[in-house]
Amino acid sequence: MPHVKVNKFNLYFGNDHILKDIDVSIPDKQITVIIGPSGCGKTTLLKSFNRLIDLQDNVKTDGRILIDGEDVFSRNADLCSIRKKMGLLLQKPYPLPMSIYDNVAYGPRIHGLKKGGDLDGLVEHYLKEASLWDEVKGRLHAPAGNLSLGQQQRLCLARGLAVEPEIILADEPTSALDPLSTARIEKTFIKLKKSYTIIAVTHILRQAKRIADYVIFMYYGRVIEHGPASKVLENPEKDVTKEYVNGVIS
Amino acid sequence: MPLPSFIPFKGLSAGKFKNISARTLFLIAALFINFILLSIIIWLTVKSAPVWVEKSIPGLLLSQVWFPARGGFGMFSFIIGTVLSTLLAVILAAPPAILSAIYLHEYASKKIMTAGRTLIDLLAGIPSVVFGLWGIITVVPLVRNHIAPAFGINTTGYCLLSCGLVLSIMIVPVIMLMVIEVLDGIPNELRESSLALGATRWQTVKHVVMRMAYPGILSAVALGISRAIGETMAVLMVAGNVPAVPSSVFEPVYPLPALIANNYGEMLSIPLYDSALMFSALVLLAMVLVFNIGLHIFKKTARYGGQTS
Amino acid sequence: MKGRIIEEKIFTLLMAFSSLAIFASLILLIGSVIFKGAPALDLAMVTEAPSGGFYLGKKGGVLNAILGSFFLAGGAVFISLVLSIPIVMYINHYSSKGSLLNTATRFSIDVLSGVPSIIFGVFGFSIMIILGIKASLLGGMITVAMLVLPVMCRAVDEVARLVPEELPESVHALGATRYDVIKVSLRQILPGILTAIMISFGRAIGDAASVLFTAGFTDEMPLSLLQPAATLPLSIFFQINSPVAEVQNRAYASALILTAVILSISLSVRIIASKMKKKVVK
Ligand SMILES: Nc1ncnc2c1ncn2[C@@H]1O[C@H](COP(=O)(O)OP(=O)(O)OP(=O)(O)O)[C@@H](O)[C@H]1O
Ligand SMILES: [Mg+2]
Repeated sequence: MPHVKVNKFNLYFGNDHILKDIDVSIPDKQITVIIGPSGCGKTTLLKSFNRLIDLQDNVKTDGRILIDGEDVFSRNADLCSIRKKMGLLLQKPYPLPMSIYDNVAYGPRIHGLKKGGDLDGLVEHYLKEASLWDEVKGRLHAPAGNLSLGQQQRLCLARGLAVEPEIILADEPTSALDPLSTARIEKTFIKLKKSYTIIAVTHILRQAKRIADYVIFMYYGRVIEHGPASKVLENPEKDVTKEYVNGVIS
Repeated sequence: MPLPSFIPFKGLSAGKFKNISARTLFLIAALFINFILLSIIIWLTVKSAPVWVEKSIPGLLLSQVWFPARGGFGMFSFIIGTVLSTLLAVILAAPPAILSAIYLHEYASKKIMTAGRTLIDLLAGIPSVVFGLWGIITVVPLVRNHIAPAFGINTTGYCLLSCGLVLSIMIVPVIMLMVIEVLDGIPNELRESSLALGATRWQTVKHVVMRMAYPGILSAVALGISRAIGETMAVLMVAGNVPAVPSSVFEPVYPLPALIANNYGEMLSIPLYDSALMFSALVLLAMVLVFNIGLHIFKKTARYGGQTS
Repeated sequence: MKGRIIEEKIFTLLMAFSSLAIFASLILLIGSVIFKGAPALDLAMVTEAPSGGFYLGKKGGVLNAILGSFFLAGGAVFISLVLSIPIVMYINHYSSKGSLLNTATRFSIDVLSGVPSIIFGVFGFSIMIILGIKASLLGGMITVAMLVLPVMCRAVDEVARLVPEELPESVHALGATRYDVIKVSLRQILPGILTAIMISFGRAIGDAASVLFTAGFTDEMPLSLLQPAATLPLSIFFQINSPVAEVQNRAYASALILTAVILSISLSVRIIASKMKKKVVK
């Protein structure tokens, strides 16, 4: 049974109905890619998973988003532990204003690293997971802002992995990066899907084709079509999806 | 910037002439504002020279003897008055102002934030006489009738504590506005990144937001301090104005601006008196400038903690 | 694990409490000025000058001080506007960013805006001695003009920056001189200049320490530039120092008038500014 499930989910900003009757299950340990034209609600859906959407004013929701069977929007949900289950990558990398080491150690530290925990080991482990270790091992205590954008994004990935999430949320994680850095992130994703469920938003259809196992196509706040990548991207059922994957609408 | 050779404008020569004369005019105006600052400093230095040449600068700064008719121009009690009332004001104002700014910016909804900011903005414009007046109506009686008796002390209420309280209320909006501005400059994505890792709001504020904001927050406090040092009317109205070093917060103080306001311009025929008041203005200016220039340099160099992206 | 939740609670409480204390005392401030001032506020206050024995509780009002303040602030704002526009033009269009005079000018504006008004009062008084004028409306205007000049420069500079880079460039591309560029920029920033004028006016009308020695004080109407003029802040100051209760009450009423003037100015500034923002976005 998939551990991420969206159940008749609706979201409003004030009176604007942004997400409409979203009903979809995300397959475990695969890369699910959300595609759709600009403004269709991809970011909003992604931020609903870890309730970062709460930072906006006047948000109303109904329906449920279940993570491991627990509704993240239920009243007594523990936000911190829900968010801890999901790593987040943003459009641009935003390293925290501290050293490379401290960025990765940030998560374990705020969650109260168990006594005798091996922080150095953890940092090394997750930097390796994010394929960054070899590039930074000599300057762990340099400010994270000194890294290149591509390295920063992988640092953000390592930072997210360090709180031991089950899921990785990524909102157009390569849109600020050059092709080489993009390729490294994609490769890392494919490596990571053995142990994590990855949900990524992208604008780039070719990227979707390269990495997606499962595809969700959204249009004006609705999920129009979802299914295995090969099916949605090559043989879509709906006309809108066809138009989108053929580049007629964008 | 070189002008293109082809100029399709009719009044060419007139236009060029205007351009040149405008340039001269603007240059003069720019020189003028620099001239104001320089001439204030030079003027105060020159006019106070008679007194600091005769009595020596340390002699003036460290002496407590204020007896103009007998040539006693010791500034120490006034300097202490300014330092203590400013210190008290900042201790009282800065922590709540910073906390409240954080609350408005990081916790409250947009609506409350906007309303709060507007209110603070309006209050920042209230003139100091009104604060002084309010000090007389509210703070002085409060200190005289409630706070001092609680410590078993008799006071008129015109004292260091009232002065510090009134000053603190005055600088709270100043500090808050600047802290809010600093918080505005921190990208939201950093907060999102921290929260997404499962940090609580306060952890995010403490470890991420504050780390980014602290140079700005320090500047805000410095701005508040420089405001408090130079504040005249409100201080004049509640400080009690007795030239002595106070032994408790319930005793009167006599800050430098109040000294100047009370005595300058009367042109008494006491030798060196005028020069001594000029010297006190110079000391006051120096105190403010140290904070201002420090703040200026700090803002330039320490913008957001060395973050590059 | 529990620790951080408790820490969060404690600090949220502290923050909420600080906000409450701050807003309560600021509202108390306005409240007590209104509460004390409103009963003493009558028509005579705003339509009459002090008559004989005003400071002993006899009849009259503070019209002289109201007018004096408006004239003085108006004149000061005019002088500082005339000076600040060329200054801002110079630092934005006539000198390169790193040049000495440009840096020095920006620095002077920054530093001057922190100089206490009492210092301007002292300096203004000295200038007046040099010029040979005694405490008068003109003397006050010159002094307060220096006081608000940095405020004005900053506010005008703020709007000058709002003018998009492409605008001057596109005018340059047409082969215009800088003078033409400035004409175009000025048209763009006019509403902003209006805001700058009002901000400076609010600052000018409320300041007392700078006019203490320079504008003097009188019960006469301010009819001549070279005669002393009463101002509202000083009139508040002198009235509250009177031992007579009625006179003190008039101080509260005068404070109410001054506060109302300043608050309505800053409110209008906000309204203009929000309208302006909409225009710029469009
Ligand atoms: N805070 C907000 N208040 C009101 N409306 C909002 C808010 N944030 C987003 N929206 C609206 O919600 C809709 C969905 O926005 P969202 O950012 O989720 O789109 P998106 O699919 O991620 O677009 P893009 O591909 O451009 O990133 C848009 O129409 C947007 O205007
Ligand atoms: Mg988006």
